[in-house]
Amino acid sequence: MEETIPPATPSFSQAVFAIVRKDLSAEFRSRELLSAMLVFALLVILIFNFALELDIKVRESVTAGVLWVTFAFAGTLGLNRSMAVEKDRGCLDGLLLAPVDRSALYLGKALSNLIFMLIVEAVTLPVYSLLYNVNLFQPALLLVILLGSIGYIAVGTLLAAMAIQTRTRDVMLPILLFPIVLPVLLAAVKASAGLLNGADFTEVSAPFNLLVVYDLVFIAVSLMLFEYVVEE
Amino acid sequence: MIETRKLVKRFGFKVVLRGVDFKAQPGEFVALLGPNGAGKTTFLRILASLARPTLGEVIVANHHLPAEASKVRAKLGVVSHLPLLYPDLTAEENLLFYARMYGMHQPQARLAEALKMIGLEKRRRDLVGAFSRGMQQRLAIGRAILHNPEVLLFDEPYTGLDQDASEMLDQTLHSIAATGRTVVMTSHDLARAENLATRFDVLSRGVIVASASRQDLEKSDLLKFYKQALAS
Repeated sequence: MEETIPPATPSFSQAVFAIVRKDLSAEFRSRELLSAMLVFALLVILIFNFALELDIKVRESVTAGVLWVTFAFAGTLGLNRSMAVEKDRGCLDGLLLAPVDRSALYLGKALSNLIFMLIVEAVTLPVYSLLYNVNLFQPALLLVILLGSIGYIAVGTLLAAMAIQTRTRDVMLPILLFPIVLPVLLAAVKASAGLLNGADFTEVSAPFNLLVVYDLVFIAVSLMLFEYVVEE
Repeated sequence: MIETRKLVKRFGFKVVLRGVDFKAQPGEFVALLGPNGAGKTTFLRILASLARPTLGEVIVANHHLPAEASKVRAKLGVVSHLPLLYPDLTAEENLLFYARMYGMHQPQARLAEALKMIGLEKRRRDLVGAFSRGMQQRLAIGRAILHNPEVLLFDEPYTGLDQDASEMLDQTLHSIAATGRTVVMTSHDLARAENLATRFDVLSRGVIVASASRQDLEKSDLLKFYKQALAS
């Protein structure tokens, strides 16, 4: 027998960052997921731009809705693809075989998905600003976008892991995700619309606080449920 | 060491394993034979902690499942017919990722050792997506032995391999068998199982119907033994 090496287990953070590093390396090499999300997001805002030939005032009033519809649909594409990569070649089993807490696997995948979504948003926002002539670069609005994305990805990663087990996974994810993530989207749209219409931060504190609460609840619930979702 | 006592697994109303009693001592190479649908893969997935038993006791590497799953995973290597590898990462990056997931400190020496054993040292910087099926399967073995596990599980490792790749896999499995680990391999290929295993168990309709050691069988008798076991 070979020299015995005492079995090691990685720390929680080691496992999380190993997954994030792996996902980023694979994606920056293949660019499959990011390019699909980016092209989709840019197409959506272009279509809205031509479909809604609006004056400047109306444009400002629809911006929050158009932005969050774009982020939500592009995000769904990314979530599906991110889990499909794990499932199709049995890599999900590879992750589950590692001696780490299942919640570390969830957090690693969720962080990777969040990074991809933020990259797409970072490209989409300036393009949207140019096309619609709206200033989106307000610190409070960027904070709302970050919080909304966190809530969306938190629940989306859990449901993508569930949907990937089904035969109709591409259809199943939006069907499962949108009803559950609706409170996050509504709060994000309301807070974004308020800020774009010149409201003070204190005036949008209600939807903003709701976003923070939803994020915390969704992250906590997803961390607890992930183990049951991925195991047979 | 692996032991199961009265192991039962149900999926809804379907009973896949009906009280399996199984034991494999350190250094034993057990070939688990049986027709399609006999429950071989389910049995291996329970030993790998990827599925939970419905009833019965499961002990792997001196730890109980599912209670001590994390400890079992640290001492376990699994190879299935899927490679569990990321096509957009190189061979080295794949192994490094799994090394991190197993909490290995300074894994480079072990990684070089594993690549040498599977004969892929010169292809370490190539993308796995460009590998043939046989090379991917050898790399999958490298992944499984990277953390020097006490127990190895192989689920139909020859599936989809051509003659040359199968012969190369034979050599790799022979060298693994010589290391004194406990190995369980499911296979439909009696000739290959006969070359490798020290014991042969036949699983049929969810129970082990026959068991024989290499000493119990004349070389040409495995087919006869298998057919008799299924007919009984």
